[in-house]
Amino acid sequence: MAGIPHDHYEPKTSGEKWLHSRLPVVGLLYDTIMIPTPKNLNWMWIWGIILTFCLVLQIVTGIVLAMHYTPHVDLAFASIEHIMRDVNGGHMLRYLHANGASLFFIAVYIHIFRGLYYGSYKAPREITWIIGMLIYLAMMATGFLGYVLPWGQMSFWGATVITGLFGAIPFVGEALQTWLLGGPAVDNATLNRFFSLHYLLPFVIVGLVAVHIWAFHTTGNNNPTGVEVRRGSKEEAEKDTVPFWPYFVIKDLFALAVILTIFWAVVGFMPNYLGHPDNYIEANPLVTPAHIVPEWYYLPFYAILRAFTSEVWVVQIASFVTGGIVDAKFFGVLAMFGAIFVMALVPWLDTSNVRSGKYRPMFKWWFYLFVIDFVALMWLGAMPAEEPYASFSLIASAYWFAYFLVILPLLGVLEKPDAPPATIEEDFDSHYGSDANASTPAE
Amino acid sequence: MFKKLAISTALSLALVPAAVIAAGGGEQHIEDVDFSFEGPFGTYDQNQLQRGLQIYTEVCSACHGLKYVPLRTLADEGGPELPMDQVRAYAAENFEVFDAELDDYRPATPVDHFPANTAIGAPDLSVMAKARAGFHGPYGLGINQMFKGMGGAEYIASLLTGYTGHEKEEAGSILYENTAFPGGWISMGPPLFDEHVEFRDGHANDVHHMAEDVSAFLMWTAEPKLMARKQAGFVGVMILLILSVLLYLTNKRIWAPLKGKKVKQG
Repeated sequence: MAGIPHDHYEPKTSGEKWLHSRLPVVGLLYDTIMIPTPKNLNWMWIWGIILTFCLVLQIVTGIVLAMHYTPHVDLAFASIEHIMRDVNGGHMLRYLHANGASLFFIAVYIHIFRGLYYGSYKAPREITWIIGMLIYLAMMATGFLGYVLPWGQMSFWGATVITGLFGAIPFVGEALQTWLLGGPAVDNATLNRFFSLHYLLPFVIVGLVAVHIWAFHTTGNNNPTGVEVRRGSKEEAEKDTVPFWPYFVIKDLFALAVILTIFWAVVGFMPNYLGHPDNYIEANPLVTPAHIVPEWYYLPFYAILRAFTSEVWVVQIASFVTGGIVDAKFFGVLAMFGAIFVMALVPWLDTSNVRSGKYRPMFKWWFYLFVIDFVALMWLGAMPAEEPYASFSLIASAYWFAYFLVILPLLGVLEKPDAPPATIEEDFDSHYGSDANASTPAE
Repeated sequence: MFKKLAISTALSLALVPAAVIAAGGGEQHIEDVDFSFEGPFGTYDQNQLQRGLQIYTEVCSACHGLKYVPLRTLADEGGPELPMDQVRAYAAENFEVFDAELDDYRPATPVDHFPANTAIGAPDLSVMAKARAGFHGPYGLGINQMFKGMGGAEYIASLLTGYTGHEKEEAGSILYENTAFPGGWISMGPPLFDEHVEFRDGHANDVHHMAEDVSAFLMWTAEPKLMARKQAGFVGVMILLILSVLLYLTNKRIWAPLKGKKVKQG
């Protein structure tokens, strides 16, 4: 698909021309910053900037923290206390980094749900969606690795449980787990490689983010109506769009400032709210905590993992059919990764030819139920593995898969969607009146 | 509608983890104490920290260490704030450390840490006030942490005052019934008695007061930068609020020509 027509960078001085003919970096920046953006984007479109900010925040605070941290089983916990007590501003750096991870995940979840509601994953934006899912997976890995580094009780036992998931894979599982851990159990080798990878993965995410932005800058942003920007001519496109700078830069910065105010209050006044007290107890391989719970952002998938016990008939069938190769534990692991996999496939599972959920009367309710399902799974992931939570988890997990594999494919056929507005301009004007839109905006 | 939903989702996301903590609860009874360091503007009570230090030194330190706490920080701002010469004297009088260079023990100096624990089974207390969650707010949501903290200091105070006087012998060791301890039976005997420690200023020294004082001190050892952090939090929130207002006005102004007069749609 051709990009939205707009003015490109024109080098004026001889110096600019000299550089531009050799390396068009200024032009690249200009086109990125001045990209035509649908002018009807609502407040759900701010999360990309929040996420970009989070990534930078985590990398900057992380690099400084790494200067003072020691990845050794005997020294890691003490080095965290050293950061909290002796390093200038170390306590703020660490709390910013720890809570920054939570902000990162809050933002990514809202960002993903925005995409799911407004159909941002649909053609031609499948690649943007897939790259986004890869970023999300890399974030999960990075968050998990980072949580191990303070070497508290939850670090150690979380690492033991999660790497144990790989051990559930038939035939190669045990060897794979040993390879991941660098030994038979979580130990110094594990901590060292986790530190190394925790430092590496954020830069992989930077690369993926660049591709993510490249992809949606190629297709253009989606917008609340799901109606594409008109691309017949520059004049036509300008009726539907405004340049990213200054309109959306300032809007996004405003949103960022509001969210940072709340974030800063959490860091300043209750920095341990999202943490687990057990992680202030140094890791001890001989003492298992009463309840091992992952960080809050993994809870929905943790609930799905635990939902499929050997009593569930689907699991029993799978076990019977595969001759016992797929046992309950492996089934749980498959379900957990499958939950993310079906989400990545949503561009091809959603059969509706209307993009935005705004104009899909039936879809809306299934979507709201899906959001409730997600929150319920998060709550269930935090509950002990006993009744009635186990049954609820199973129902909630079933709905997760049903939403992607049954409901979305069927809705496209069964649902009679409303008519979206013909153009973005029409949608924008219906909100704000058209009298001021005759002239193109001055800068 | 979607916006509202997203907001409530975000809120629930923020609330869930506290429920996680609550899951580990049990039948403990934790008394809420109005500590001076709670809330966004809470500060440590310097006199209380000094009394707590004295209780720790005369009672707790017999078994429990504070190995992550450097002695010099007793002089730091936002702590007990002892004068440096007092810290020097305190270190030398109370603790001996092993010096690898001398290959012998010598009196501690401010650059040393408090010694590690000396009694088998007695946990280090450096970060204990953050390693225990006393209470979790209404319905386990913990949303009142902003104003009450997570109750680690309350847990310690309740533990110290929670002895019922009952004992039992199990596997050759004596266990003491305690209403704050998970499971109800603790192997530490009641450490504090009324008038156990004499304060120079004649401050109340019943078990309740001493338990609170030493809990406050242990909150400080766990979170020595609490006051600096809260101040940074306050300043940051103020600056960000002003920035938000400025950006709001800028944004409104930039978009005004495009939006014209806002027409309410039906």
